[in-house]
Amino acid sequence: MNLYARRRFRNHVILTLSVGATVVGLGWLVLILGALLYQGLSGLSLAVFTEMTPPPGADGGLLNPIIGSLMMTILAVAIGTPIGILAGTYMAEYGKYAKLTMVVRFINDILLSAPSIVVGLFIYEILVAPMGHFSGWAGAVALAVIVVPVVVRTTEDMLSLVPRELREAATALGMPRAHVIGYVSYRAARAGMITGVLLAIARISGETAPLLFTSLNNQFFSADLNAPISSLPVVIFQFALSPYADWQKLAWIGALIITFAVLALSITARALSATRTSK
Amino acid sequence: MHEAGRQKVVDLALSGSIEASAAASRTKILGRLRLSDGAFRHLTRAAAVLVLVLLSGVIISLIQGSLPAIQAFGLNFLIEERWNPVTERFGAFAPIYGTLITSFLAMLIAVPLGLLISLFLTEICPMWLRRPIGIAIELLAGIPSIIYGIWGLFVFAPFLQRTVQPFLIDLFGNVPVLSSLFEGPPYGIGMLTAGLILAIMVLPFITSISRDVFEAVPPVLKEAAYGVGCTTWEVVRHVVLPYARVGVLGGVMLGLGRALGETMAVTFVIGNAHKVSASILAPGTTISATIANEFTEAVGDLYTSALITLGLILFAITFIVLAIARLMLMRIERRVG
Repeated sequence: MNLYARRRFRNHVILTLSVGATVVGLGWLVLILGALLYQGLSGLSLAVFTEMTPPPGADGGLLNPIIGSLMMTILAVAIGTPIGILAGTYMAEYGKYAKLTMVVRFINDILLSAPSIVVGLFIYEILVAPMGHFSGWAGAVALAVIVVPVVVRTTEDMLSLVPRELREAATALGMPRAHVIGYVSYRAARAGMITGVLLAIARISGETAPLLFTSLNNQFFSADLNAPISSLPVVIFQFALSPYADWQKLAWIGALIITFAVLALSITARALSATRTSK
Repeated sequence: MHEAGRQKVVDLALSGSIEASAAASRTKILGRLRLSDGAFRHLTRAAAVLVLVLLSGVIISLIQGSLPAIQAFGLNFLIEERWNPVTERFGAFAPIYGTLITSFLAMLIAVPLGLLISLFLTEICPMWLRRPIGIAIELLAGIPSIIYGIWGLFVFAPFLQRTVQPFLIDLFGNVPVLSSLFEGPPYGIGMLTAGLILAIMVLPFITSISRDVFEAVPPVLKEAAYGVGCTTWEVVRHVVLPYARVGVLGGVMLGLGRALGETMAVTFVIGNAHKVSASILAPGTTISATIANEFTEAVGDLYTSALITLGLILFAITFIVLAIARLMLMRIERRVG
């Protein structure tokens, strides 16, 4: 083989490998979604949304974990979003060039990918241990700790994209800074900021690790945030590892519900940010 | 900030002539606006500081929680293999070993795969397909880790047990050194399975970052290389990769940080055995899996404290890895921006 043929051959090998790698990557996604649909769809019925988690061997649904997950998610977003938006506002508006902003950005990016089980330990230490019992509040706060970095990051990014001229024009009219932010910056960055919140919801709705020892689990219906509360991911964890076939079935159904809720959220978020950037 | 406040700002801006009484009210309103502006400013600042407080809170609470175990075992904790809740002898060597090995396996698979996919996305893929494929790969990152766990346990592990693992055992059974790596019965679950699942999970992080840095390579450089007759692979190997090196490394470190701390998926498929074995087919445990499995069942202060110490070790490792990743990515951002 002469040099030219060898170079071409090597090029072909690598390019084929790269196509192969992409097929493998996409294949995983198809395999996982396929398994979820195959295992979960057959059991999906109205009863799943209207009945409690059953004891082994009986029929039932996932009503209490769904309610628990919804309550904790809403609460976590309600706690985490304002903090995240305010912090992001400081970083993009007031303190764009401040040292504090640089430090917070660095730390926030680390918190963004920090292991979520450590968050669970942290909340256990500061809330569960002093209170003496597991509770839905602790679970919600743990999730809120995960929401904050996501919202901080997107808020800062989106506010930084707002053209400076808009702010200058508003300031020239005599608007105080807080009004400029509230009536100009936030409005211009709204779609992006909503995207951030949606991504945060997507992120926490599947989080299991921080809930294991904060909200624990509850076999019975409970909407009491001051007591252990059931949540979809923890129930999936428990049921999937159980030896009972009908519990495992419910775990698959729960997994299907969570996955498609999360994928719907992240696709919506992407669509939102795409319309924003294409304008 | 409210409607009334805005109305006043607009009124003030519109009113051409200001009379004496209006001037007084104008001063009053301006004073109030300045006050609210200052309050809002401090509020946002406090929220930014809260992010720092969160991090220090995590560190302080972990250190505080791990004090009893550190006092009881000292540095021996790191190299002691035994983990016995009954006699309250705890050592972190097995989970640390498992964490490092599974993450290493994951990176071994995910890095070449991710780089090849970004090569495909930036050089070969037709324009109209780039976005859909990119999004599809990123969706892998959106799937919650517990889903990987349940899929790994019920679908992937049995598959490996039936096909890949017996094959590996046969293939390397008589090769020296390698045979100990692939020793033992095919359990299905174990460190190899955990590593493979982790590889799928970190793949989107590595892919999307390396794609972004590949795209940031100035076209002029690539065109020059093509101009002197380089093949696509030679352009990538000698122009794109050297230029994007720091960014790719940052992406790899970010993926590594994720892999080290990943909990639920690993908990399902690792097998939870507190022992160190050379074979990657054997069950093991990782730091996060140990905490997830045992924390609620831990009786006694020392047991709980030992688990929190594991959390502290995990946090320290991931913090260092992620900090390096961020510093590298910041360097490349500065160059691009």
